[in-house]
Amino acid sequence: MNPVKLLEDKIEEARPLFEKGGKLEKLYPLFEAKETFLLSPATVTTGGTHVRDALDMKRLMIMVVAAILPTFFAGSYNVGLQALLAQGLSTDFISCMATGLMVTVPIVITSYAVGGFWEVTFALVRRHEINEGFLVTGLLFPLTLPPSIPLWMVAVGVSFGVVLGKEVFGGTGMNILNPALTARAFVFFAYPASISGDRVWVAGKALIFDKIFPFFTYSNESFVDGFSGATPLLVSASQKNGDVAAALGNAGFTLKQAFLGSIPGSIGETSTMACLIGAYILIVTGVGSWRIMVSCVAGALAMAALMNGVAGPESAGIMHLPGMWHLMLGGFMFGTVFMATDPVSAARTERGKIIYGLLIGALAVLIRSVNPAYPEGVMLAILFLNILAPLIDYTVMQGHFARRKAWRGAKNV
Amino acid sequence: MATETAVPASGGGIGLTTREKKILKDPLWDNNPITFQILGVCSALAVTVQMQTAVVMSMALTTVVAGSGLIISSLREYIPSKIRIIVQLTVIASLVIVVDQVLKAYLFNISKQLSVFVGLIITNCIVMGRAEGFAMSNPPREAFLDGLANGVGYSLILLAVATVREILGNGSWFGIRIVPEFLYAHGYVNNGLMVLAPGAFIIVGLLIWAQRTIMGVEKHD
Repeated sequence: MNPVKLLEDKIEEARPLFEKGGKLEKLYPLFEAKETFLLSPATVTTGGTHVRDALDMKRLMIMVVAAILPTFFAGSYNVGLQALLAQGLSTDFISCMATGLMVTVPIVITSYAVGGFWEVTFALVRRHEINEGFLVTGLLFPLTLPPSIPLWMVAVGVSFGVVLGKEVFGGTGMNILNPALTARAFVFFAYPASISGDRVWVAGKALIFDKIFPFFTYSNESFVDGFSGATPLLVSASQKNGDVAAALGNAGFTLKQAFLGSIPGSIGETSTMACLIGAYILIVTGVGSWRIMVSCVAGALAMAALMNGVAGPESAGIMHLPGMWHLMLGGFMFGTVFMATDPVSAARTERGKIIYGLLIGALAVLIRSVNPAYPEGVMLAILFLNILAPLIDYTVMQGHFARRKAWRGAKNV
Repeated sequence: MATETAVPASGGGIGLTTREKKILKDPLWDNNPITFQILGVCSALAVTVQMQTAVVMSMALTTVVAGSGLIISSLREYIPSKIRIIVQLTVIASLVIVVDQVLKAYLFNISKQLSVFVGLIITNCIVMGRAEGFAMSNPPREAFLDGLANGVGYSLILLAVATVREILGNGSWFGIRIVPEFLYAHGYVNNGLMVLAPGAFIIVGLLIWAQRTIMGVEKHD
């Protein structure tokens, strides 16, 4: 017998139990989620015009997850690589990957489990469907964190992101801010010592053990002795004057490494190459907006050029950092490709998307360059522009109306 | 316009009329100045990092809003409506100065921590709101009770916010350690966001959410 048919029969058999008047009526969202996850549902729209397309919310979100996976694996490999390098162990591909996954998988599982719990709770209470958008949020959020993050902070952060970043506004599609970035911002301000600074980016051996048995062991020194893993951005920010590229070189960072992603940093952000693969998938499938990505990059390059231009011999090293470095370092590419393009929180008009992207890129580099408190500015730039997105759209539309009115007046229609 | 009294004042006994009970009860929950009217939020953010300052601020504001209600209501027949705001402000400002001086005399350290926020009670929307909206058109006894109840309603929210902020942000309550040491030894860290003003915003927001969920949205609109 056809296995799909068997599955269909099983689901049909269980349906009355969950529908109105059924015994498990309250759990209908769970049933619905399972049905639509496994099968293409038979429900059709009623009345009015509608678009027939195989691409529904679930396929769309799965596409985003597929685009994120390269950064996940590249990031996991790098986490392993950094940990083994710090301990002076051999760094063959298998042990890097294995060590890395031992760190990253528990973080991702925590994020999915806790975030999923809130998602399902709200779906049941508010009687809406469980949305696949969470598969994206639950994966994006852990990738923005340093590998040494304690798991309970992941749980608190993702709870904040899902409940206060999304559900209070009415669930998927209603949120003002990107939920994954909201979660990260919460952790960033609530537990600054665990998410920034120069000792959080490399997971040591003891730390990996701590993660697996958090209540049985406690090691005060989670890092190998004498190791300090400043990120390249921190190096450039603390470089007082002179040649910043040389300073980065002295610290052992090259542009090629930054592109491939073998530098310390948050799990998903280090490999620019993996982000570009993700960008390719998003653009080819039409899921992510190329306008936003391209204009983000343009905005960053323009602002970096401006900063380089105004930087004097006394200004901080980061002011001298060439635009190409800005694109490769920190969370710039990751944020541009996966966070800024979030269709819910980004601008929606085509012209608005370009303004939105340019401002994100420019603001990110501006925060990096002139704010001594934050070596990284991408998160704050995107969150800020999320808030401005409706205003940008409004302005674009008003401009459009005005031009149309003028055109009608001129033609005397 | 200021002389209208819909219901005769009660006979001065200790017992409360139904109307007075309602005046006392409403601001505590149904018509809470912070979570329902969204007034006085500025000070609710500023002084709720610790319980101690929140308690003192609550008492200060309750004194001022009850006292100003009583005085302004007693004067209401004689206040020309064109300059009523100035008169109200004079009364409120005098009370605030008295409270401020008392705090400086007896609770100097807390007074220093509260800094300008005691002085800023003058501009607190709750005080002005009750003076203009209630005391100007109701008898002194009711205006006093109304001020008292609004002060207590404000205090309840302040204390709730301060409790959450001090426990999560500092691990203590009234300065006494609440979060046990072994949690810190196992990697627990105080939540730094709770010490910042946005933390208070989030807590107030959650309280408003909880209140609207319990009361039902319809009652609000």
